[in-house]
Amino acid sequence: MLYREAGQYKIAYATDQQIFPILQDRAAFAALMILAFAIVPVVGTEYWFNGLLIPVLILSLATLGLNILTGFAGQVSLGSAGFMGVGAFAAYNFMLRVDGMPVLGAFVLAGGCASVIGVLFGLSCHRIKDFYLIVATLGSQFFIEWALTKFGWLTDYSPSGVITAQKMVILGVSFDTPVRRYLLVLAVVVIMALAAKNMMRGAFGRNCMAVRDMDVAAGVIGINVFRTKLLAFGISAFYCGVAGALWAYAYVGTVEPQAFDLDRSLQILFMAIIGGLGSIMGSFLGAAFVMLTPIVMNIVGTALFGHAIDAGIVANVEHIIYGVLIIWLLIVEPHGLVRLWQIGKEKLRLWPFPH
Amino acid sequence: MARVWLATAHPIDEGSVEFFFEVLIGGLLAGVMYSLIALGFVLIYKASGVFNFAQGAMVLFAALTFVNLVGYGLPFWVAFACTLVAMGFMALLVERLVLRPLANQPPMSLFMATIGLAIVIEGVGQLIFGGKAFGLDLGIKDVPIAVGGVQISKFDLFAAAVAGTLVLVLGAFFNWSPTGRALRAVADDHQAAMSIGIPLPKMWRIVWAISGAVALVAGLLWGSRLGVQFGLAVVALKALPVLILGGFTSIAGAIVGGLIVGAAEKLAEVYLGRYIGSGIENWFPYVFAMLFLLVRPHGLFGERRIERV
Repeated sequence: MLYREAGQYKIAYATDQQIFPILQDRAAFAALMILAFAIVPVVGTEYWFNGLLIPVLILSLATLGLNILTGFAGQVSLGSAGFMGVGAFAAYNFMLRVDGMPVLGAFVLAGGCASVIGVLFGLSCHRIKDFYLIVATLGSQFFIEWALTKFGWLTDYSPSGVITAQKMVILGVSFDTPVRRYLLVLAVVVIMALAAKNMMRGAFGRNCMAVRDMDVAAGVIGINVFRTKLLAFGISAFYCGVAGALWAYAYVGTVEPQAFDLDRSLQILFMAIIGGLGSIMGSFLGAAFVMLTPIVMNIVGTALFGHAIDAGIVANVEHIIYGVLIIWLLIVEPHGLVRLWQIGKEKLRLWPFPH
Repeated sequence: MARVWLATAHPIDEGSVEFFFEVLIGGLLAGVMYSLIALGFVLIYKASGVFNFAQGAMVLFAALTFVNLVGYGLPFWVAFACTLVAMGFMALLVERLVLRPLANQPPMSLFMATIGLAIVIEGVGQLIFGGKAFGLDLGIKDVPIAVGGVQISKFDLFAAAVAGTLVLVLGAFFNWSPTGRALRAVADDHQAAMSIGIPLPKMWRIVWAISGAVALVAGLLWGSRLGVQFGLAVVALKALPVLILGGFTSIAGAIVGGLIVGAAEKLAEVYLGRYIGSGIENWFPYVFAMLFLLVRPHGLFGERRIERV
């Protein structure tokens, strides 16, 4: 009754091509933005920002990057964390070595660096496909980890390989409190997510999907398959790179190469799959789910058992439940959480008169 | 994996031919160890088309189970048999709870499910046996023996012999036993195999059990070299470039790929590492495999697919 497009006529192409064609969706999106930008900063506590919102948003961005590559262009990658690492360390070096480097400029350049590396490793997709590509991207993952620990110049010869992010000052405003860092991350994520949404609706996105569904057929109808795949690699790595830079600057502050190891890559892949491959919104749902599940389980575990049971055992059980949950989700909803969301919306259109 | 004996056994003249052969043979033998893990991958991939990320976790779990059973005072062969039973039981569970519900899903979902499986197996292993590292002594000393001026580790030779035997046994099984033939039929064409009455779920159980057994052998050898600890699961990832080189679907490919990767990584570490920094064996196999694929996209022995629209 409430969620229905009846009576909303589209009389211009512009209205037909909106991201949210239905009024209720636009209202919901506006409400969400107001909530995120205006209400949450006022009511949120420091733990909310540092422990939940900032990491979830940053990993959403990385997941979004992977989703462009894997979900839209169909190229499986296990190297997302590596590209995040490139972004983090590139941003650090730009800030360190270029006088008066604006922070946002460093982020963009960092994304660019990740993008270049992504394209370099992506070149292999010219000949390699499917699971074979996993090994190529694993190669990039291990290579980047190695290079970041091996070449002292990249970490400014810090003995432990740990870098400390410089202060973020944009137009004279210092982004040092959790609220401000949250707002910065949120702004970057929203802008990049909208950009991704538009890219994926446009010619490039459709090319990607054609390549994903069947690259030979895509080639036959005149899509430059190699170029599309390379672009997807580049854009995906750019997103991951910016996410990595944000991770270092807005989230942890000090970061070592091991923060971007294979486990992180797998985590991002989980987020993409659980959220739903080939969906912008799925990236956010997946990231939130994967990040929040361990926290919720931890709270539940402590509430149920208190501290009567050894923390190590509780941690292991959480680990197992997490794995089981992933398998279970893949079995019951292979298209990810976003599919549940769509089903919910369809149900809502008919509600409360289902006929 | 630092070859301790390589570094300390005798004064090294890095330019000499003997040293080159020593590195080469050391690499080849290390490659055999990779092949052992890769074998498990190949078996499962052939029979069920599943890219089993949990193989490393299975290696670890098998080794953990074995070490603890021995720790309880069981003799070697009893512990070995019990672990085999445990791996078979695990195969049953995996088929029933993971593979069957996910039948006809895209390979990507199955791959993700095996990552989940890896997490579960590692978690269960840690829950039962604790997170500490265990030593494992198979009674074979890791001492170098000299063959024509070249030092070769006795342990590596033993590992190579075990791997060779395993391949022969598997080869015989696949060629001559009815079950093995049925498995080959399944690997060839799932639907055709089903249509002549081969029960797929049963075949999956069998092949996961076999691959569990292979994981046990690999776990024992790797475990006695590195200690039974959680790093084993990461070592198992090295089997991926091996698979790629050899082709996903070929047992011979797993062996040859292992030899190539082992040799290439050790030679690169010794001769290339001088110029660009040590530790390159962590990533070199992957990049090497990637470059190799640019030339032969289906590996050495992989089936060449013809793509049609």
